[in-house]
Amino acid sequence: MGITVNGTDVDLPDDPRVSLLDLLREKLHLSGTKKGCDQGACGACTVLVDGQRILSCLALAVQYEGRSVTTIEGVGADGALHPLQQAFIEHDGFQCGYCTPGQICSAIGMIEELRRGVPSHITGDLHATSIPYSRDELRERMSGNLCRCGAHNGIIDAIAETYRANPQPEAAE
Amino acid sequence: MMPFTYTQAADADAAVRLAGGQQAGARYLGGGTNLVDLIRETIERPTALVDVTGLSDGITETDGGGLLIGAAVRNTALAEHRLVRSRYPMLARAILAGASPQIRNMATVAGNILQRTRCAYFYDQAGSRCNKREPGQGCDAIDGFNRMHAILGASPSCVATHPSDMCVALAALDATVHLTGTQGERRLPFADLHRLPGDEPDRDTVLQPGDLITAVELPALPTAARSAYRKVRDRSSYAFALVSVAAALAVENGTVTDVRLALGGVAHKPWRASKAEQALRGQPATEAAFQAAAAAELAEATPLRDNAFKVELAQRVIVAVLGELAESGLAGDGA
Repeated sequence: MGITVNGTDVDLPDDPRVSLLDLLREKLHLSGTKKGCDQGACGACTVLVDGQRILSCLALAVQYEGRSVTTIEGVGADGALHPLQQAFIEHDGFQCGYCTPGQICSAIGMIEELRRGVPSHITGDLHATSIPYSRDELRERMSGNLCRCGAHNGIIDAIAETYRANPQPEAAE
Repeated sequence: MMPFTYTQAADADAAVRLAGGQQAGARYLGGGTNLVDLIRETIERPTALVDVTGLSDGITETDGGGLLIGAAVRNTALAEHRLVRSRYPMLARAILAGASPQIRNMATVAGNILQRTRCAYFYDQAGSRCNKREPGQGCDAIDGFNRMHAILGASPSCVATHPSDMCVALAALDATVHLTGTQGERRLPFADLHRLPGDEPDRDTVLQPGDLITAVELPALPTAARSAYRKVRDRSSYAFALVSVAAALAVENGTVTDVRLALGGVAHKPWRASKAEQALRGQPATEAAFQAAAAAELAEATPLRDNAFKVELAQRVIVAVLGELAESGLAGDGA
């Protein structure tokens, strides 16, 4: 069994030391996923595995046998941007762009967590069935993705606009 | 990175056979969020990784009204579990205060428990001495930049702190660790799992080679339904604790009938504040009593050059959290 990346079946590496990040970038030449710190501190390598956001730099590729990985290359396409990508452009959600693929994959995973009712550190009521899409909630939930250009306000604006306007999963696709 | 073999264990017995039986260099692999980093830094040099994420990831109620949490449960899954949120809010809060969402989606319960210190000297293989990394080498943290380090239970060999938030709650909740190993299954109070450094700081826990955590059990603890976790750190998210407090408080007619208190960021292990608890049981639930209890716990604190602030900080956070719990009455989790 291999691993599915953006809908395509690929082989797992023979060497168990290969991270999921290096598999994506060096073997599959999907360079959209970025290597920032390579130690789980920056979030630039965030990808979705079966819809859940993880850090591909700390993931050994062999651990993800049979799983379905989505990278930024699987999120949108030329001429058919994901609404979140369009919103990042409109809200200046980046400057250099290096953290952007990780930010976008992270935000897509984050919204699913919010819809599922996963509380965050700042959620007031642990038992709330519906959690507001407040700026503070979004900031806390995106704190694992650093932006050295300091575009965090634009990033939160882009996420807030995208998902306030399109609260349903289908509408965001 | 040194070469290693990788095997997925089908069950706990297979994992122990693979790791404990013959291979001294074997390590169990959970979500990898700490171990993969340590291997990359060559601080950990396993010859074999045994992947135990296929083991139990279930959360079930026990006959006694507690919870049995499989070792491979991911941190997010534990924090969002309905019964954890309602019965042990301090545990949900502690997990949500740790790391980042991506890391919580990957990290397992057992991996969180067995993560290693983030002492910068432990990580600085090229430039620093560390008794935890290389026994007998010396400790550059004791006279170095030690703002983040221990104020309780440290030794001349090591002043590192345990980095987990989740473990602070587990310490306060009287959790039990279920283990299996080459000698069979056994159980251990969570409070006895992690060690103080003494003269063997390379040993974080009392576990023997091949020992595998299979589950963590929480007892029924009605007091914990009113509990909280407060973490003080250098930035408001995604940072390790300077000081953290997990607390549960039961008050009847103005008197403390039960209290559970543990501290994070202050010691080599999650620090159960037994002295404070003892000082507080049966006392009036007043700020004066909370102050006295905190002072009793911190009386033996031994700050280093840069971290004397932690003593005052711990004192204040303990008093503040207990005060909030006392005021919150039965109004929820108090956080």
